[in-house]
Amino acid sequence: TKTQNFCRNEYNLTGLCNRSSCPLANSQYATVREEKGRCYLYMKTIERAAFPRRLWERVLLSKNYEKALEEIDENLIYWPRFIRHKCKQRFTKITQYLIRIRKLTLKRQRKLVPLRRKIERRENRREEKALIAAQLDNAIEKELLERLKQDTYGDIYNFPIHAFDKALQQQDAESESESDAEREEDDEDDEDVDKREFVEAEDSELSDFEDMDKLETSSEEEQEEEEEVEKKASHSKSKGKTPLKGPARRKRPYIEIEYEEETEPSTKTKAA
Amino acid sequence: AADGGRPVPGDGTDPPAPERVLFPPTFSVSEIKNKQRRHFMFVRWKQQQRKEKLALKKKRRKEREALGDKAPPKAIPKTIENQRVYDETTVDPNDEEVAFDEATDEFAPYFNRQTVPKILITTSDRPRGRTVRFCEQLATVIPNSHVYYRRGLALKRIIPQCIARDFTDLIVINEDRKIPNGLVLSHLPDGPTAHFRMSSVRLRKEIKRKGKEPTEHVPEVILNNFTTRLGHSIGRMFAALFPHDPQFIGRQVATFHNQRDYIFFRFHRYIFKSEKKVGIQELGPRFTLKLRSLQKGTFDSKFGEYEWIHKRREMDTSRRKFHL
Repeated sequence: TKTQNFCRNEYNLTGLCNRSSCPLANSQYATVREEKGRCYLYMKTIERAAFPRRLWERVLLSKNYEKALEEIDENLIYWPRFIRHKCKQRFTKITQYLIRIRKLTLKRQRKLVPLRRKIERRENRREEKALIAAQLDNAIEKELLERLKQDTYGDIYNFPIHAFDKALQQQDAESESESDAEREEDDEDDEDVDKREFVEAEDSELSDFEDMDKLETSSEEEQEEEEEVEKKASHSKSKGKTPLKGPARRKRPYIEIEYEEETEPSTKTKAA
Repeated sequence: AADGGRPVPGDGTDPPAPERVLFPPTFSVSEIKNKQRRHFMFVRWKQQQRKEKLALKKKRRKEREALGDKAPPKAIPKTIENQRVYDETTVDPNDEEVAFDEATDEFAPYFNRQTVPKILITTSDRPRGRTVRFCEQLATVIPNSHVYYRRGLALKRIIPQCIARDFTDLIVINEDRKIPNGLVLSHLPDGPTAHFRMSSVRLRKEIKRKGKEPTEHVPEVILNNFTTRLGHSIGRMFAALFPHDPQFIGRQVATFHNQRDYIFFRFHRYIFKSEKKVGIQELGPRFTLKLRSLQKGTFDSKFGEYEWIHKRREMDTSRRKFHL
């Protein structure tokens, strides 16, 4: 393929640097140019070659496409075929791109905002530091525990230890604070001991499963908890009693709800 | 050794106790031209500094123990949050003016339980796969939300349509080079519009140790650290996305945590292991937002009335000054 140079002259008709399309090389020349959306036909004749200021004659073309083509033909009558043809071609192209501009301005323009590298880097670094400072997990856990304390969850979660302690504190409100604390600690210890005993003694698989089922259907219907129950039941079925102490202890909240209520009076008598 | 009593490193002999080496008074480690020697001297200087610091600490600790009860209280280390420049628009919990404002602003119908939030999530033109998946996951996290594709529609035209169909909020996720990087949150019936810069977006599959998909239960909302007036209004905007009554059975919580003007969004499932311990497991996407501008009306970039714009030259001058 033949490569061609571009012509830098603004009055050039085709844009390429040829002998036939150079405005400097030809004394009779014409171009179509547009200014602010209107197209003009520029003509150069040999008679005005001595007057550079009046060299290029400008004719405004009509906005109507066909009429403008006729006007070009009128003005360039008896001119070489090449120039006439190229003028009309150029005019067509110009009108097409003007139409496109008008259509695009009606649509939404995408505004390109340049990124500033230094600022981006700075913001990324600050974000990392902020993330470390935020300690999100701790903050979320703290907030959830606070909400639990303030009873926003109502009756869904029973942690009888808390309630038991509260009841104890109310009972022993008359005696001194120190003995209170001691008693509470003792009671807690007794409780723990009792709890442990009970878990070991009544750790039969069937009763666990039944009780857990009752618990689930009564309060919540959740897949996850049922899964946990099943897991626990399967654990109890597969392993013996002693290895169960681990997961049993971890899952105490669920079991305890049952047993503690039954045995509360006995522990109280023991404490007294 | 010739200079300052320092042995050549090739010797293999450690220099004797540094205290014995006397540096001439105008000596500075950075003036040695030889890189190896300079490094060596610097390392030695550092060790010396560390030793002095340790000695100082020990002395202080001994003094503190000696004083016993009369010792002055421990000094609190300075953090950026401690040193934060006091913002005069910080909201006092008992402020009546703020309470009155909040009772009459655009979110009042939501907080009075008159409206149920319905959210439309959309993207910029021609979203790429990552953005699409992010939109879908966001839609699962926020209840009562719908994702619609934006096939070249102008925002100004879809807003009246949304209002006609009873949507309360509009989220537009802007995308650049195949990753989402901006978020426009607009409260619909004539509410404020917030424009955020979004960063570090992680989809569900990129989160480690995640749980199963978020269920349909309405999650709880935690808004942390929104102290100033501006932060308060942004916080309310976020709260208005979620239905007012969370379903505690679902045990899901969506957190918007503001730290140094960065808002971190996380979605967790929690479980109370005991009274004092809670376990959380992250599910759902995560991202961070940084507020760029807050407009009074709905989205209008040319004629809108801006309540707050981030002006870099004026607002980023101090490292201890935050606006949210």
